[in-house]
Amino acid sequence: MIVALAAIAGQTARLTLKGGGALVGLVFFLAVVVVVPFGVGPDLKLLSRIGPAVLWIAALLATLLNLDRLFRDDRDDGSLDLLALSDVPLGLTVLAKCVGAWLATGLPLVVVSPLLGLLLGIEPAGLGVSALTLLVGTPALTFIGATGAALMAALARGGLLIAVAVLPFTIPVLIFGVSASYAVLVGPAPFLPPFLILVALTLIAAVIAPVAGAMALRIAVE
Amino acid sequence: MQVRAEGLSAMRGGRTVFADVRFAVDAGEALAVTGPNGSGKSTLLRVIAGLLGPVAGAIVIDPAAEDSALHYLGHLDGLKTALTVRQNLVFWQALWNGRRDDEQIGPALARLGIEPLADLTLGVLSAGQRRRVALTRMLLAKRLLWLLDEPATALDAAGEDAVAAMVEAHLREGGIAVVATHRPLPYAVRLLALGARP
Repeated sequence: MIVALAAIAGQTARLTLKGGGALVGLVFFLAVVVVVPFGVGPDLKLLSRIGPAVLWIAALLATLLNLDRLFRDDRDDGSLDLLALSDVPLGLTVLAKCVGAWLATGLPLVVVSPLLGLLLGIEPAGLGVSALTLLVGTPALTFIGATGAALMAALARGGLLIAVAVLPFTIPVLIFGVSASYAVLVGPAPFLPPFLILVALTLIAAVIAPVAGAMALRIAVE
Repeated sequence: MQVRAEGLSAMRGGRTVFADVRFAVDAGEALAVTGPNGSGKSTLLRVIAGLLGPVAGAIVIDPAAEDSALHYLGHLDGLKTALTVRQNLVFWQALWNGRRDDEQIGPALARLGIEPLADLTLGVLSAGQRRRVALTRMLLAKRLLWLLDEPATALDAAGEDAVAAMVEAHLREGGIAVVATHRPLPYAVRLLALGARP
């Protein structure tokens, strides 16, 4: 079973990287972060204050951008039928695909976020904590987006609809991710409570996504 | 082992595709499902596979086997065009058998005459070659029930012979094959003709 799940995660990551999806997400992330300082103007204080929020919003959009094809490709080429018929429970298949998608799209965002944080004038302590909150929080975004992608798999053209449909559900992740960063940067609220809620959100999403995703895919297969 | 359909009916898009279909296939037998376009051949295979629920009736697999006792080959190949033939096959090996076994892949490809293609990207192969890869995949895990939806689509004469040989070998080992087809099959033991519905 472990081998099967690793194969699903590995194939998803490999196809996302080959399809250029990972790169598109990164470029999008970079574009948003680079453009914001121009929009805000030469106010370095303001920029470093909103920096963590900009990083989070850019990461949120870049993650959702990539999930559109997570299940639709499998449905279009017929793999989804075979995945549904295999011994591996469909819920675990969804979980493994989320892990693969996150490794190819979420993890690169986390890795480059300190670098882009520099462009926004975030203090060194803030760079670390922003990367940490993204590391913990972006899996939740992938899980929520994947649930939406599974729901849209049955439609011929989901596309942007996924981003719009799941955006409301990602807002709690955004709120606690950003407030954990601010707790370190400006205080005086403690860091731990919002951070632990962020962890909890990721864990909850990790449980709900396989169940809801599997139900949605059963309908898509019919 | 026996596969039976008992008064099977199915609907697609609110329309009844077939009603009260009955058949029984025993180990070592093949069932050829024929009928004009739209008569429900593919739907019948999806119902047998369990991908689609019947409106009435039931599929009985006797004795009750584990979930994955079947291979389903739909009209789509279920392969990734961005990966090589070998990567595609290794993925399903891992999923079905829980391990990868390179020794198995060469001979399986050879049975369908596509051994030299093993390390090519699937995207550069022709439709017939892809079909052969999809058929090769069925040889990687042993399953008693094969559901084949137009297995010879896009295949040349040699390809059709290879499929026939493959299915015959499967039947000799006590397997069952349900084949939706427009062409006469060299090995069909039983025939199920689905009628066109208005």
